[in-house]
Amino acid sequence: MNQSKKILLAHGGGGQLTAELIAEVILPAIGGQDASSLNDAATVAVGGGQVVFTTDSYVVQPLEFPGGDIGKLSVCGTINDLAVSGAKPVALSMALILEEGLEVSLLCRILTSAGQAAKDAGVTIVTGDTKVVERGKGQPGITINTAGVGVPLAGANLGFERVEEGDAVLLSGPLGQHGLAVMARRGGLGVAAARKGHYVSLQSDCAAIHGLTSAMIETLGSKVKWMRDPTRGGLAATLAELSAATGRNIEIRETDIPLDPTAHAVAEMLGLDLLNVANEGKLVAVIASDAAEKAVEILADHEIARSSAVIGTVGQSDDVPLVEMLTHAGGRRIVQTPYGQDLPRIC
Amino acid sequence: MNHLAEIRKDIDSYWKRLSSGGKSVVQLMEICGTHTVAISRGGLRSLLPEGLRLVSGPGCPVCVTEQSYMDAAVHLSGISDVIIATYGDMVRVPGSSGSLEQARCDGANVEIVYAAHNAVELARNRPDKQVVFLAIGFETTAPATALAIRQARDEGVTNFSALTAHKLVTPAMRVLLSQTDVRIDGFLCPGHVSVITGWREYKPIAEQFDKPCVVAGFDDEQILAGISEILRQLADDAPSACSVYPAVSADGNPQAKQVIKETFDVTDARWRALGVIPSSGLVLKGEFTNFDTARRFDLPEFETVEPPGCRCGDVICGRCLPTDCPMFGGQCTPREPVGPCMVSSEGSCAAYYKYGTKR
Amino acid sequence: MCLAIPAKIESLEGEKATIDLAGARATAMTSLTPQAKIGDWVLVHAGYAITILNEKDARETFAIFREMEGLTK
Repeated sequence: MNQSKKILLAHGGGGQLTAELIAEVILPAIGGQDASSLNDAATVAVGGGQVVFTTDSYVVQPLEFPGGDIGKLSVCGTINDLAVSGAKPVALSMALILEEGLEVSLLCRILTSAGQAAKDAGVTIVTGDTKVVERGKGQPGITINTAGVGVPLAGANLGFERVEEGDAVLLSGPLGQHGLAVMARRGGLGVAAARKGHYVSLQSDCAAIHGLTSAMIETLGSKVKWMRDPTRGGLAATLAELSAATGRNIEIRETDIPLDPTAHAVAEMLGLDLLNVANEGKLVAVIASDAAEKAVEILADHEIARSSAVIGTVGQSDDVPLVEMLTHAGGRRIVQTPYGQDLPRIC
Repeated sequence: MNHLAEIRKDIDSYWKRLSSGGKSVVQLMEICGTHTVAISRGGLRSLLPEGLRLVSGPGCPVCVTEQSYMDAAVHLSGISDVIIATYGDMVRVPGSSGSLEQARCDGANVEIVYAAHNAVELARNRPDKQVVFLAIGFETTAPATALAIRQARDEGVTNFSALTAHKLVTPAMRVLLSQTDVRIDGFLCPGHVSVITGWREYKPIAEQFDKPCVVAGFDDEQILAGISEILRQLADDAPSACSVYPAVSADGNPQAKQVIKETFDVTDARWRALGVIPSSGLVLKGEFTNFDTARRFDLPEFETVEPPGCRCGDVICGRCLPTDCPMFGGQCTPREPVGPCMVSSEGSCAAYYKYGTKR
Repeated sequence: MCLAIPAKIESLEGEKATIDLAGARATAMTSLTPQAKIGDWVLVHAGYAITILNEKDARETFAIFREMEGLTK
């Protein structure tokens, strides 16, 4: 990446540009490890034991959206990064960057929601920081950074290297609800009625998923081989990463992917591909094939994962590993990491 | 999905008839970029008989819009009191000095709108700014621009204007059929353009050039049904214009046609790769001069420079497939696009890249 | 070249329709389909209804129509 270039919004989209920024600018500059060994969370040896450690910043606009807000998101998102790393989340830090002029009542709503989400998840917010920036100089309203620590779950044995041919790929529910709910609430895209209060069913899926991950690991142990929450870049980016990192082909079946008709309709209207849209309460997991059925059963026991399904299979190693989708029509096509965040389009 | 299976069976049987009659290669053009995307997204090529080739046509508004238009838009975005209101489609298209996305990180105001009237509302809410709406697209989208301009006039929203580059589909089809080095055995005609124009619009072409012109919708079944109908006409040697898309009538949407007629004059227009095509574009009528960005602002002349080596022009004429271009997937990717067909999300090259099939 | 999806008109305020997208609401202008009335299915492109759909045809033509119906029934 050319040093004279400037940062585009698309660099934050979770797609190819984000990966490039990390690999070619951030890691070389800070003298860190190589990108292939980076995960959503790191395991660190501390005083004879191990902790799992992660951090994430939240800049969503609008601050409140159907199904959640930036407070809930900042708690759930970080919990989820720990959860998919096979950890039990224990404690969070929360750093707030507030914009001068922010309504205290709005701040209260956001923090109450964050507190509730932490409480529901059995996690404590133990430390934090507050800064205020001049109006117009930062993200409007509020930016939140949370870091989280957790302890590895007994029996958890996750990693790209464990993924084998024939393993099942599971998805815990329909795609795109978060990205579309946020986009719709932002307005100006024709999906405007949310502002009038008669908004119906397009809600962000924002939720903590550590209940799902721990239930699976408790019951299935090392048959659970790899997990991820498909946030920015959607399922497409998650599976493309899995395929690239394992060097294996992956085949998914369009007809088996759980679908939310509302999200689908809105996506079609805006010309977006549900596979590329962000989720905030979904789990993608690779499970040994003989445990796949059981895993779906375990997931479907949870309110947030009722429509869990096996959506695909891990294939052979390949020099050019690809994610392929068997389409509704019976055709085949390649699924790739989106370039950046998809923009609504009319054509 | 029994219906789908039936359609595929029909396709196979027409194909058998054609091959036994000595036709081993048939090349159809899907004019519309949304068809290109749907075909790729559904992986439909893998369901068709070998020898049946689908090539993309000039039906992606981004792909046929001249680079000079993009340059004008980027130039305007650099004026401090201008807000560019655009469909998301145009944001990443590179002009000679970068895209609107890049202009935005230099401080330009670029707002994505979903509907033309949202741009008028934006202008009403920002009386201190000049809102320039990038009015691109074919017959489907032109009525919305016409209505937005009328709304701005009627409501006295004087800080709204449109940079228009609307184009018409059938003149381009005629040009393609007149080119000797382009083989087109039949057209899969655009579904939503035809909702406005009606399928009868293609009748003169079908008759003059003896080519099937079949309108189809965008679901997998619709596209395959359209292809099946084209093959049937070829097998029966009975080319004609018709529609398999129930949303399309013979004569289209009279209100939409009327508002286009009352707002625009038909003019010669320059298409990327195809050059100037007579009577193929729309320009605002004299009474709407005040809302014409090109006349409101003193725009410099922008030259059109085609990126060297780029075969977008051949791709949208059906002379080659995106994968035949030496830059495809190497020098030219959605991340660093060289030509417009790789930029536009419905561009043929982007569709081939994004939804490729394994060979 | 042009995306459009079927949607049902839920309410009308002059030419401004509230449409139902399988549970989410959006707005669309009916200026190009002045005959459209509440309960009609229309095809929406870039915020404008461009034609009124016959319900039976729409059911056969659009998978997404069938999906939406499955939800609303």
